[in-house]
Amino acid sequence: MEHISNEPSLQVRVASMTLRNPVMTASGTFGYGEEYADFVDLGHLGGIVVKGTTGSRREGNAYPRMAETPSGMLNAVGLQNVGVEAFCSEVYDRIKHFDTNVVVNVSGSTLEEYCQVAARIDALSAIPAIELNISCPNVKQGGMTFGTRPEMAAEVVAAVRSVFSRTLIVKLTPNVTNVVEIAQAVEEAGADSVSLINTLLGMAIDVERRRPMLSTITGGLSGPCVKPVAVRMVWQVAHAVKIPVIGLGGISTAADALEFLMAGARAVQVGTANFVDPTVSVRIVDGLADYCRRHHIADINDIVGIV
Amino acid sequence: MKKQMTDFRVVAREDYLPNFFVLTLQGGEPLDEVRPGQFVEVAVPDCREVMLRRPISVHDVDVEAGTLSLLVQVVGRGTERLSQVAVGSTLNVIWSLGRGFSVAGERVLLVGGGTGVAPLLYLAKCYAARGVRPTLLLGGRTSGLIPTLSRYEPWGRLCVATDDGSLGERGLVTEHSCFAEPYDHICACGPTPMMKAVARSARQRGIDCEVSLENMMACGLGACLCCVAATDEGHKCVCREGPVFDIKHLNQWMNE
Repeated sequence: MEHISNEPSLQVRVASMTLRNPVMTASGTFGYGEEYADFVDLGHLGGIVVKGTTGSRREGNAYPRMAETPSGMLNAVGLQNVGVEAFCSEVYDRIKHFDTNVVVNVSGSTLEEYCQVAARIDALSAIPAIELNISCPNVKQGGMTFGTRPEMAAEVVAAVRSVFSRTLIVKLTPNVTNVVEIAQAVEEAGADSVSLINTLLGMAIDVERRRPMLSTITGGLSGPCVKPVAVRMVWQVAHAVKIPVIGLGGISTAADALEFLMAGARAVQVGTANFVDPTVSVRIVDGLADYCRRHHIADINDIVGIV
Repeated sequence: MKKQMTDFRVVAREDYLPNFFVLTLQGGEPLDEVRPGQFVEVAVPDCREVMLRRPISVHDVDVEAGTLSLLVQVVGRGTERLSQVAVGSTLNVIWSLGRGFSVAGERVLLVGGGTGVAPLLYLAKCYAARGVRPTLLLGGRTSGLIPTLSRYEPWGRLCVATDDGSLGERGLVTEHSCFAEPYDHICACGPTPMMKAVARSARQRGIDCEVSLENMMACGLGACLCCVAATDEGHKCVCREGPVFDIKHLNQWMNE
């Protein structure tokens, strides 16, 4: 008689990185993981993507940086972080033993800064991957400008590729006419994976005070309201590239995560939902396992890209 | 202490002042480690327009009864919905968050205005438990906006300042006669201009002073970096490094 295991396999691979399940947490929504340690056993997650790290310490934008909008929120944090040297000398020692893939989101204003940060992270053996953020809408220089033009995106990815030896994920912005041509350009330039979507550029106005809700006027929209846009873009990109796609944008339930997997994502990231329910990421892992059992799916990879 | 997410039962709901109400919650968890000045993040039930939790400061704790009270001001859709929750219903709460007051000093002044009076009740009780009877100075525009004084009376000497003189002394809290008395510690919570005036005066007089800041928050855990205050050491999260700050770190904030 054939042996049938009740426990479905949730393990996935993103280039050379193996994840025990497809669920990661998105950069900027989970701190360095420590902030959620009281709520989440990190060993139950496929991975965490820690805060965007830049060449030097950044204070970020002025308050107010956040506005709640229908089924979502705008943020304009502006890459506040301790900088790569403090990350390596202080933060890394605290988080390197986490029983999950700790991915560092790498940000910058110039091509040289991206390379400087990536080269420093390359020396940290417990970091299996970086996520190159060429899509932050909240900084004046760099950030999204690299991610909106295929030739600039390719240039920065090729440069970082030459200094980073492990899995290189490139995070894409949805604020483009054709996300497919950006994805193809970074694949061509040596990216191992793409993650999408970063936030959508948005704006909200306080009508009583007659001024923008954010100090920066515009900011990045995230949360359930962006999910259909994100699913569409993941579906488009997954059909156009050979490298694995990581899907994110408004995921707050296992069903949301499944939409992304079926659209072609090999893994997913949970972002804004962490603010609402700090345990949501593990709930989604449990929900995926439950779905597989209910639908007799032995291996979650079997449903990736089935739509 | 470990942060927790717990379903609390609403055991009492009472109107307080116009637009203010008090919710008393019971969660079956020991509350002895909750510090005065800490806050909780409450999920707003059955409200499609509101996604994020609402940060609300701890008003009172009854360790023996296992109850936690929140004084809430209706300021928008989230708090309006919270004002309608029924006794017996359940609220999902993340608690207890942030850094509270140090409860330091021997000659202590507690200054509150608006919803800023909320944390002062439990703070005064914690001083009383230490054998210190603080002066409680409550300010507001008019007598109708000053909370039920009987609640505060057992825990300190009560002083009131109103803009229109309808209760207590006329004028700002910093103009009240009790404000000039000698203290070794001042705690303030309320509108930013009030806290800045109190803090500047404390700095000038060389009195230790803590203020409780309020900013819009998303996570409440120090992860999203949305609620930052500009301290002398750079942007700090009000939710994690605050909400209570020693004014020694807020010179830039005081000078603004």
